[in-house]
Amino acid sequence: MYEIGLRMLFGERAKYAMLVSGVCFATILMTQGLALFFGILGFSYATATNIRAPIWVVDPMVQQVGDNQPLRDTDVDRVRSVPGVAWAAPLFVGGAQAKLLGGGATQPVTLIGLDTSTLAGAPTRIIKGDILDLRTGQGVIVDARFIEMMQQTRGERLAVGDVFEMNDRRAQIVGIASVAQGMGGATYVFTTFDRAKDYVPSQRKMMTHVLVAASEGVAVPPVLAAIKAQTGLQALTEAQFKRMSANWMLRNSPIPYVVGLIVGIGFVIGLGVSGQTFYTFVLENSRHLGALKAMGASDLKITLMIVTQAAIVGFVGFGIGVGVMSLFFSILPEGRAPLILLWQIPLIVFAAITLICMAAAVVSVWRVSKIEPAIVFRG
Amino acid sequence: MTFDVINEETAIDVRGVGKSFSNGDQSTLVLRGVDFSVRRGEVMFIVGPSGCGKTTLLSILCGTLRADHGEVHALGMPLHAIPQPEVTQFRSKNVGFIFQQFNLLPTLTAAENVAVPLLIQGVPLAEAVKRASRMLASVGISEKSGERPNRLSGGQQQRVAIARALVHEPPIVVCDEPTSALDSASGHQIMKLLSEVARDASRSVIVVSHDPRIYGYADRIAEMEDGRILRVGESRHHVLN
Repeated sequence: MYEIGLRMLFGERAKYAMLVSGVCFATILMTQGLALFFGILGFSYATATNIRAPIWVVDPMVQQVGDNQPLRDTDVDRVRSVPGVAWAAPLFVGGAQAKLLGGGATQPVTLIGLDTSTLAGAPTRIIKGDILDLRTGQGVIVDARFIEMMQQTRGERLAVGDVFEMNDRRAQIVGIASVAQGMGGATYVFTTFDRAKDYVPSQRKMMTHVLVAASEGVAVPPVLAAIKAQTGLQALTEAQFKRMSANWMLRNSPIPYVVGLIVGIGFVIGLGVSGQTFYTFVLENSRHLGALKAMGASDLKITLMIVTQAAIVGFVGFGIGVGVMSLFFSILPEGRAPLILLWQIPLIVFAAITLICMAAAVVSVWRVSKIEPAIVFRG
Repeated sequence: MTFDVINEETAIDVRGVGKSFSNGDQSTLVLRGVDFSVRRGEVMFIVGPSGCGKTTLLSILCGTLRADHGEVHALGMPLHAIPQPEVTQFRSKNVGFIFQQFNLLPTLTAAENVAVPLLIQGVPLAEAVKRASRMLASVGISEKSGERPNRLSGGQQQRVAIARALVHEPPIVVCDEPTSALDSASGHQIMKLLSEVARDASRSVIVVSHDPRIYGYADRIAEMEDGRILRVGESRHHVLN
C-alpha cells in the first residue's frame, strides 16, 4: 500500500514539486528567522563572547552585557578574598572614538581594558601580532573589522605598526584579532586596564567588571554564591551572563516581534501552500482513493498511506530547505551577518514542519474518510 | 420474477433491500424492496434505464454501500449485519471490480495497477507485480505491463482493469458498464475476454449495463425499473427481443 501511495505522490511531478517547494520555502523562512533571532542575541552579548572568563562579577543593577556600571577599585580585592576564587582581574569596558592621524572620519569603538599584569580575558584568535605587545608603549590590538572600516576612510589598509588616535591620544596597532561583532557596528579595541584610563575621560570609578576563575576542583555555584554574599555584587558564569542579556533583549527590544513575524509567516506559508496543495492533491485523487476503498483498502491503510506521503514531502522539503540554508550560511562572511545556525534550530523547524505536514495529512484523511467506496460506480 | 433460496449454489442473495438518498430535505427512494440472487458460476446482467437503481443495487450487493433495510448475503456473509471493517475485508478477498471509467491509477504502470488488490492484501510488491504480469499475459497485453494507463487505448485499459479484477481470484466479479466507454468492436472483444477469463464454476460475474449489444454474454438478465426488479430471465429472450 505504501508503494501505491509513493507512486501516486512521485508520479505527479508538478504537484510533488509544488508540495516540496512549499515545505522547503517554509523551512528556509523559519530557519532564517530563528538564525537571525539567535544571531541578534549573539550580537547583543558579543562582549561576553570576546572576553573569555569563567565568572563575571558586575554591579547588582546590571541587567545585560552592554550595561557597564562602574565598580569601586577595591572590589577586585574583595572578590579575591572570597574562598574558592583562584584569581580575579579588573576589566574596563567603555566607548571611545577612533580617528586616523591627519583627520578623516571617526569610528566608534568598544574599548576593552585588560588587566595589565595578567591580560586576563584577552582575545583568543589573534590574526597578526602578539598579545604580549599590549604592554608596550601605546600598543593596542584591534579587531579585523576595525581595519576594514578604517580602510573605507583611508583608502588603504591599516597594518601592525600603524598609529591612529583614540579620544585624541595616540594608539599603535600591535595586533589584529578576530572577534564577534557587537550591536551597533562598533568595533573592538583592546588595551591594558591602566592605559584604558588614559583613553577615556577620567572618572572616579573606572573598573566595570571583575573577571574571576574558581580554584581548581572547586564547584562554581558555591563560589558565585559566596561572592554575592561577601561583596554584594552580582556574580555570573559566562552562560548566565549571556542568558541574562538575552532575556533582557527579549523583554525590552522589538526583536522577538520581528523574528516571530518572520517565523510565523514561514509557518503560515508552509501550512497554506503545502497544506492546501496536499489537500488538493488528495481531493483530486479522491476517485482513485475511492477505488482503493472499494477494492478493500481499509481506512487505516489509506490513512497510513496519506501520512506516509505527507511525511515524505516533509522530509524532502525540510532536507532541501536546511541544505540550502546551510550552504547559504557557509558562504556568508564569518561573524558579519547576524545569523547563527544553532543545532537546535533545525530541530525546532523540523518540529514545525512535522506539525504542518501532519495538519495537512489530518485534514486530507478527514476528507478521505468521507469518501464512500461506491463513488467509483458513479459516472 | 424468480426467488432463489440461500444454498451452496447461491453466491449472493438480496432480500427486501431498500435504499434512499437524501439531498437536504428531499429524499429519493432508489431501491424499493428488491429481492434478487446470483448463482455461483453464472454471468448475471442487471439491466434497465438510467436512474432505475441498478448501480445502487450493484454497490449494495458487493458491499460498497449499505442498504437502509433488507438483507444481503454474499458467499454466506451477512453484509447487512457485519461491521464495516469486516465488509471491507470481505471485499478485498472476495470481490473483483471492473469500473465504467476503468479507474486505473494514472501514476502506476499496468502491472502495478493489476497488482493493487494483492498489495491491499499485503502481498509484497515484487510478488504482486509478478502475479500481475502473469495475469496481464492471460488477458493478452503482457507487452504493455510497463506502460502507464495514458499510453493505453480504451480497450487495453479495460483489459488491465479485467486483469486487476481477477488477479486475486475473487469468487465475485462486479462490472459497472464495462463497455460504455468503448466502441462497439472493443466492447465485444472485452465481453468475449471477460466471458473467457472470468467464467469459472465457482465465480459469479455481475454486470450492470444498458448496452443491449452485449446481453448475449449473460446467463441470466435481471431487468430493473423504478427501483424494482421487474423480472429475471434467460439472456436469449432479451437478445431475441
